[in-house]
Amino acid sequence: MKATVLDSLNQTLIEALQADPQVILLGEDILDPYGGAFKVTRGCSTACPQQVIPTPISEAGLAGIAAGMALRGLRPVLEIMFGDFLTLLADQLINHIAKFRWMYNDSVSVPLVVRTPMGGRRGYGPTHSQSLEKLYLGVPGLTVLAPANFSLDGFSAGALLKNTILQTDSPVLFIENKLQYLQPLLSDSDLGEFEIQTRFDPDDTKQRFPLYVLKIKGAPPARVTMAAYGYMAELARQAQRALAFEEEIFTELVIPTRIAPFALQPLVESVSCTGNALLIEEGTRPLGWGAEVGVQLAENLGSRLKNLKRLAARETPVPAAVSLEKHMLPQLEDIQETLRKMSKANG
Amino acid sequence: MTLEEEYFRDMLRIRRFEETVLDEFKRGVFSGTTHTSLGQEANAVGVIKQLLTDDIVVTNHRCHGHFLAYGGDMRALFAELMGRQTGVCGGRGGSQHIHWRNLYSNGIQGGIMPIATGMALAEKQKQSDAAVTVFLGDGTFGEGVIYEAFNMASLWSAPLLIVVENNHIAQTTPTHYVLAGDMRLRLQAFGIPALELDTSDALEIASQAFHLMQEVHEELAPRALILNTQRFGPHSKGDDTRSEEEVALMKQQRDPITIMEKRLNAGAVSVIRAEVEAQVKEAFEQALSDPPAEEEKAP
Repeated sequence: MKATVLDSLNQTLIEALQADPQVILLGEDILDPYGGAFKVTRGCSTACPQQVIPTPISEAGLAGIAAGMALRGLRPVLEIMFGDFLTLLADQLINHIAKFRWMYNDSVSVPLVVRTPMGGRRGYGPTHSQSLEKLYLGVPGLTVLAPANFSLDGFSAGALLKNTILQTDSPVLFIENKLQYLQPLLSDSDLGEFEIQTRFDPDDTKQRFPLYVLKIKGAPPARVTMAAYGYMAELARQAQRALAFEEEIFTELVIPTRIAPFALQPLVESVSCTGNALLIEEGTRPLGWGAEVGVQLAENLGSRLKNLKRLAARETPVPAAVSLEKHMLPQLEDIQETLRKMSKANG
Repeated sequence: MTLEEEYFRDMLRIRRFEETVLDEFKRGVFSGTTHTSLGQEANAVGVIKQLLTDDIVVTNHRCHGHFLAYGGDMRALFAELMGRQTGVCGGRGGSQHIHWRNLYSNGIQGGIMPIATGMALAEKQKQSDAAVTVFLGDGTFGEGVIYEAFNMASLWSAPLLIVVENNHIAQTTPTHYVLAGDMRLRLQAFGIPALELDTSDALEIASQAFHLMQEVHEELAPRALILNTQRFGPHSKGDDTRSEEEVALMKQQRDPITIMEKRLNAGAVSVIRAEVEAQVKEAFEQALSDPPAEEEKAP
């Protein structure tokens, strides 16, 4: 059976624990045999019992404890069971963890990873389905990552997690997605219809956070550029493929794995050719990732940016009912419909 | 130098440093805000003198005394408060956000408690000999996160001394307006043995702190020390709503420096006073002539 994103994250988490005894995993319900609410930590406590600490339901306190461990030379990894609970960590993440290094005049490092699943489409309702990462974008000192469901050029969802745990010297919020867990990890052989470049932002000198640029192989020049991360990137890829083969609407898709901070140079390059940008995210639309990306595109491209659209969740809590949730969150069909309109408008 | 003379000198250094800060604030030498610990010097000196070389101090917005008792450089602290390049953190942190060696402070109430716990657990995990001392105030007992941390510190046996400086007033609010029950019982409810003192005598605090730190090191488990104390100055700069009589009575009855001075002979006192005066003056003037903090130029 094909490995999933969940398998990839789970396997590399165990590898990170085994690679460095300073890596400490903390979280609620993470011990075997349960292995965490979404099973990312399954096998960890069996493989490295001394490095895995099951915790009380104390997210704020845990973030502080992980921060203290990081300041004193350990490499803590904190699992927050649902991304919705990140609100409970706000003080620690913003006023402690993200600030220490700069505020102490670069005299400390804080090698800390907080990983958590975001996202809806499972009917969990208003407090267990959100994509709240936008609350933590733009916090100086905090890096926010979201893996892609690829295994290409030596990078994969799990490799991003493992390398971050073992190499980071500053705090990272690692945003997973509940539906992305079940996605197969796609490799070259699965992506034969695509031409894929693995790129890096200019400031990412160690080339740790790949950006993927996807085109349909042999296609004529793209009319629209899409950008999306996490699970939405997979929906965007499916839309890209379907429209290319069924309707001859050709697009480029840029998938960043670092969603803050970013330069998105490959996105700027692509939009400078197509003139059209569609920015897609699962969080609510106002003041989100897409808003900032859109502004940066406008600042960089001026009149070369002809048409900019965002697709995101509607501005309500996430409903529990399947029908309501489907209406509230951006769907594959919404991406396709928007691409049709954008390609016509500029025909 | 006797122990009493040393404690007297170290408390006086804190006192004169902070008096200078408050005085010079009025003249515009310092900017921003500051929180002084006038009257509470016995806590800083009495506790921190008992730490071993590698031990860690985690402190709060009222941290000057802890920094100086820990051995921090007076000029660097003046410079930090003045926003100079030579400041403890190059001017980035200011009065309440400092880090030097194994001392860390932050200006948010409560958040340092789990951080101190995490540090203690890290040292234990690394099998180092270091323990952690964290300083909390009575006002911080209103913050929920400290109870999460008390629970985990006890549960996981963190080598940690929790020092509560209860000065009976949080900014302008008397503690009895805002605190139900008993701080000691709150700590004990988590299985953390807690000792309460009501004194301004640095020697008495030192003796209990020594025993508690010894237990923390030997048992690799948390202990708490609640120090009933008093703040002579305002919370910050000019926000004291207490009557002058109330503060005057406190100074008369509970000044830690006076208490220690009475144990010393007059000759030693005048020598130490002159020495501290000269140190403070020199540190202040050096800091004043240091260059202002500047952003590094982009490469």
